Amino acid sequence: MTQAAPLLSIQNIEVIYDHVILVLKGVSLDVPAGGIVAILGANGAGKSTTLKSISNLLQSERGDVTKGDIRFRGERINGLSPSELVVKGVIQVMEGRHCFPHLTVEENLLAGAYTRTDGAAAIATDIELVYRYFPRLKERRESLTGYISGGEQQMCAIGRALMARPKLILLDEPSMGLAPQLVEEIFEIVKRLNREEGVSFLLAEQNTTMALKYATYGYILENGRVVMDGDAATLRENEDVKEFYLGLSAGGRKSYRDTKHYRRRKRWLA
Amino acid sequence: MSQAAWRNISIGVSGFIVLGLGALVIANPGKIFFSWTFFFEVLIGGLLAGTLYSLVALGFVLIFKASGVFNFAQGAMTLFAALSLVRLIEITNSILLSMALTVVIMMALAYVIERLVLRPLVNQDVIIMFMATIGMTFLIDGFGQLVWGSDVYPLNLGIPQDPFEVQGVLLNQFDLVAGAVAALLVAVLAVFFQKTRIGRALRAVADDNQAALSVGIPLRHIWFIVWTVSGLVALVAGIMWGTKSGVQFSLALIALKALPVLILGGLTSIPGAIIGGLIVGAGEKLAEVFIGPLFGGAIENWFAYVLALLFLLFRPQGLFGEKIIERV
Repeated sequence: MTQAAPLLSIQNIEVIYDHVILVLKGVSLDVPAGGIVAILGANGAGKSTTLKSISNLLQSERGDVTKGDIRFRGERINGLSPSELVVKGVIQVMEGRHCFPHLTVEENLLAGAYTRTDGAAAIATDIELVYRYFPRLKERRESLTGYISGGEQQMCAIGRALMARPKLILLDEPSMGLAPQLVEEIFEIVKRLNREEGVSFLLAEQNTTMALKYATYGYILENGRVVMDGDAATLRENEDVKEFYLGLSAGGRKSYRDTKHYRRRKRWLA
Repeated sequence: MSQAAWRNISIGVSGFIVLGLGALVIANPGKIFFSWTFFFEVLIGGLLAGTLYSLVALGFVLIFKASGVFNFAQGAMTLFAALSLVRLIEITNSILLSMALTVVIMMALAYVIERLVLRPLVNQDVIIMFMATIGMTFLIDGFGQLVWGSDVYPLNLGIPQDPFEVQGVLLNQFDLVAGAVAALLVAVLAVFFQKTRIGRALRAVADDNQAALSVGIPLRHIWFIVWTVSGLVALVAGIMWGTKSGVQFSLALIALKALPVLILGGLTSIPGAIIGGLIVGAGEKLAEVFIGPLFGGAIENWFAYVLALLFLLFRPQGLFGEKIIERV
């Protein structure tokens, strides 16, 4: 990337779970200020682990960043606690939404403002801001989030993260379990938040089509390594990405046997 | 077997129990003395004694709500708090100063528990946390008696203990004070949990501690706060029980009496702990006086557990427990 100083920069990190399981084997990536960057890859490629090593939610899952540097606005942030990171402006929206089911939508949003110290009035303004982006949440403000729909829960989780006034949101698998139309709606809002509120996003997605449509840049992870990266447009046109992640191929329909054969011959990994 | 089948069986069994009791009552006229004044006297005495159970149960509920841990050591904490208070009063001769010091001691205990037990065990299974609290029970019991001694110490904070009569019903002033204290405590806790920023964070942690962590709520502070609060509730319970029956080792065992209260009221509900305590208190006194003679008495000790068992069959989340949210 050509920008001067990226908002977030990861250099060559290695993550080990339970002291033995090596999950990330030297991942490096950059998120420019104001960018939407996508991490793509199959199950178990290390997308979520990458996000969690930034937000340090890894710690409570017995994972450890054993090598490498994570820098946010030039400052090394390895090992800071999640709440310190939220104060600095890095917040993660976890895979599977994770709203507080016995709290109402509004209480969820208020809980998201826990680290703020700028007073009730500012927080109330921001709740209104969240409702402007997610009008559906306003309708459901008094409902327990355990009872609202999956799409509304995802909106609530993103809204809750916004309440911390973050500079960077780590968005883990926002499309999980949602109808395609709803996924599109949520990505549209992400894009608007990016443009209008200046929030940068680093998102982990399996839905490659959708992610590359909205992201500016993408990294492809396989077995804990970055195997390819580039502008979203470049990745969209790349033959391998088309073949493996977008389910398209140049030669029209192919039988699965051909695909397998092709995969055996050509791997990104040595 | 299907759930419905279990349900039918349990309805059958409890119907059988009720019929059996009815038959016993009818078959034994004259064995039971009954008058309405006496009934109310027993009822009110039971309700007020129940508030003491509520106080103990409250400590359990607080910790369970905020950390999903069933704190077996609540009884030991009650004993420890009461013991500290009694012995400090002996040393300092000042009730207020001793109260303040005991509060500090309970905070220190909460800090040590968070640091040495909860933090290393974060994200372990609840059963492991539960086992850890059983270990803590013995530790706190032993430590308390090592430091403060193991005799029976009378506790007198000047709470009046005289009985008086209203409309022919005999009441004890102490029981009324205990009721008032419990009511006040619940009101304060309800406001704390529902209206304050920390209270909301406590509920958030209780719901999903990973998510709470992700929005920047520091679990360590929250756990420290909640163990402190439940240490203070233990202190209040210890004061009440200690005044009633002296500060002694058996205080630690009232934790067992809190179990049926929790099952009745629901593990996650503060009002549930109170109402569960009232039901258990009143139920056990009424049962002792009016059904007890049929069994040769002394049913007070196990009546609560039978009640709890019935609840487990019909309403496992308790009267006010959080509904298990299932979306379909």
